[in-house]
Amino acid sequence: MDFAQLSLYNQAIIVFAALVLFTSFIMLAQARMLPLIFAFAWQGVLLAIVTALVAFVSDHPHLYISAALTVALKVFLIPWLLYRLAVRLNIHYDAEALRHPSLLLLAGAGLVIFSYYVALPIVQLSGLATRNTIAVSIAVVLIGMLLMIARKKAVAQVIGFMSIENGLFFSAVVSTYGMPLIVELGVAFDVLVAAILFGVFFFHMRESFDTLDVDRLTRLSEVHEALLVHEETGKQPPDGT
Amino acid sequence: MTLLEVTLLTPLVGGLLLAFVGHRPIGGWINVAVSVVTFAASLIMALDVFAGGPQLTTGKLFYIDAFNVYLVALTAFVGLSTAIFSRPYMRHEVEIGRVTGGRLRLYHSMYQGFLFAMLLALSTNNLGVLWVAMEAATLTTVLLVSLYRTPESVEAAWKYFILCGVGIAQALFGTVLVYFAAEQKLGAGRDDTLLWTVLHASASSLDPTVLSLAFVFLLVGYGTKVGLVPLHAWLPDAHSEGPTPMSAVLSGLLLNVALYALVRLKMLVDASLHTHLAGYLMMGFGLVSFMVAGLFLHRQHDIKRMFSYSSIEHMGLMTYAFGLGGPLATFGALLHMTVHSLTKSAIFITVGHASQLAGTQRIDKIRGLIRTQPAVGWGLLIGTVAIAGFPPFGVFTSEFLLLTATMKAWPWLAVPLLVGFGVAFAGLFRHLHPMVYGEPPPGQKPVHANMLPVMLHLALVLWLGLAIPGFLARWFEQATLLISGASPL
Repeated sequence: MDFAQLSLYNQAIIVFAALVLFTSFIMLAQARMLPLIFAFAWQGVLLAIVTALVAFVSDHPHLYISAALTVALKVFLIPWLLYRLAVRLNIHYDAEALRHPSLLLLAGAGLVIFSYYVALPIVQLSGLATRNTIAVSIAVVLIGMLLMIARKKAVAQVIGFMSIENGLFFSAVVSTYGMPLIVELGVAFDVLVAAILFGVFFFHMRESFDTLDVDRLTRLSEVHEALLVHEETGKQPPDGT
Repeated sequence: MTLLEVTLLTPLVGGLLLAFVGHRPIGGWINVAVSVVTFAASLIMALDVFAGGPQLTTGKLFYIDAFNVYLVALTAFVGLSTAIFSRPYMRHEVEIGRVTGGRLRLYHSMYQGFLFAMLLALSTNNLGVLWVAMEAATLTTVLLVSLYRTPESVEAAWKYFILCGVGIAQALFGTVLVYFAAEQKLGAGRDDTLLWTVLHASASSLDPTVLSLAFVFLLVGYGTKVGLVPLHAWLPDAHSEGPTPMSAVLSGLLLNVALYALVRLKMLVDASLHTHLAGYLMMGFGLVSFMVAGLFLHRQHDIKRMFSYSSIEHMGLMTYAFGLGGPLATFGALLHMTVHSLTKSAIFITVGHASQLAGTQRIDKIRGLIRTQPAVGWGLLIGTVAIAGFPPFGVFTSEFLLLTATMKAWPWLAVPLLVGFGVAFAGLFRHLHPMVYGEPPPGQKPVHANMLPVMLHLALVLWLGLAIPGFLARWFEQATLLISGASPL
């Protein structure tokens, strides 16, 4: 593929798609909470720009609505919600000790290569101008998952979750010029409700565990249950008392 | 208003209403009344479809055929009987101070919201809306799992949220791929490309490579909600830590709806691939879930956790059976879906009473149920006998059909199946025996228990085991014909 032969708009789409992927990598390595939230907001901005460009190039006006939804939800509302929560829970200056950050980034790069491999049959079939970025969207999804696996802080996991959503939305835009509007509205609604519920959960977790570290959530596992029986210390039974 | 609109709108409106009055004593009654209306409408609609064939609404947004209408009726029925059980149960929880008025309101409102999400998922014609409804079903129940706000329940809810959220995100990607494949064939710019009726009609011309890729994502995505091993980690936690009526509907209904989505998509993929790839994948995942969950039954210490592993085991069996394909296995799987829903929700209702009675969910602290309260003790005993697959109950009939189908198609797979049945049976009964018999601890008093839903469910399961009524058999036959393309009778 000779990129110089593409129209300027198509080149711009590819550049911005690459930047979306770049923000994914930033999030992967960013240990501090506030910059993490801002990186997520920037990913939303770039995603909205790509969507608007695709809408313009492909003449799909309903994608403008999707772009507007992205700006409203993923650039303003959800980052603002997370920011407010981080400030109220006083974790906004927290930094997480990342083990092996360079290894994490290398794994991310590996996922990008894997995504190009997975996307091969799709790209061959597609005639869309945006087909070169399908692999990027898969990579954003997979890196979001890697982020959730590698991170211990609940806020970082939520960012990972939302960036998976970003990747899915991105894949719908570049592979099919967006899902039908009713589906996109439904998905946006689900994401919004999920974001609010996550906020509720931060408070519950703070109340119950006094921390937002997810690796403290170890009470419910088969191993723990067996240990309890041996020690006869007994957890508080969920029923009674 | 059509019957479908009544079926869908009643729980939605009921949920909104209960968001305001759910904490009052009348809230429980409203919950029951709304469920009665939903069930009545769904039953009439089911008879309609049975007599007149599939219905497609004018906007093409909803499609009702023999397969989903029976699940709609089943969902509404179990929703109703669990609502009847939940009214006194939740009052008891409020009285002992585990649940506050505000949370009771949340509970009632979300109960109906959950039913709405599941009915929407079952009746929609649009694969995207199906995904949205499945995600909505997670969102409505996640706060109910943590209703008691104990550290354990918050942990369970967080796991449920994250695992199901990420899992189902895979299903959305699979849906995008299906949409992509359809657009390649049907042309872009149409807004009906994601409709199941359109996709099913043109399935044979969809690109097989893309669809097989899509099915892998869909299997992982919806498979997480079905509770297939190794994606099951959320399920025992969510079932054991939430209030018991929630466990009953999660286990009896939500898992079914997820499996329904998977089977629908398998129908598309099979038509496109002309191979058994989707079936093999489902057989493998199903059989592994069946075996692993059976083994896990042996090392449980929490009664609700134990029965949730039993749910994984049965969902695994159904997934295996749908994967096996063929009219006999499909018929057996549909029957198993029904009897498992009925039996498992009856068991969870009984378990709810038993743990209120004993004041704990720990198996080694629950003793002498039959002596203290015969209705609860016998209910648990008979329910467990039924779920373990003893004749004359319906679970035996369906498991026997599945075994016969396996013998025909894959004789050597009958061995792990039989071993699995034995392991699961032993796992259930080693814990059950001391709980129902044995000496009750001093001071154990009967609780106010409404065993009517349990008796009704178990009687239905018994009836299905002795003789499947003619109209129901024809109904299953229609659904089997739809899924497997051939009639079993």
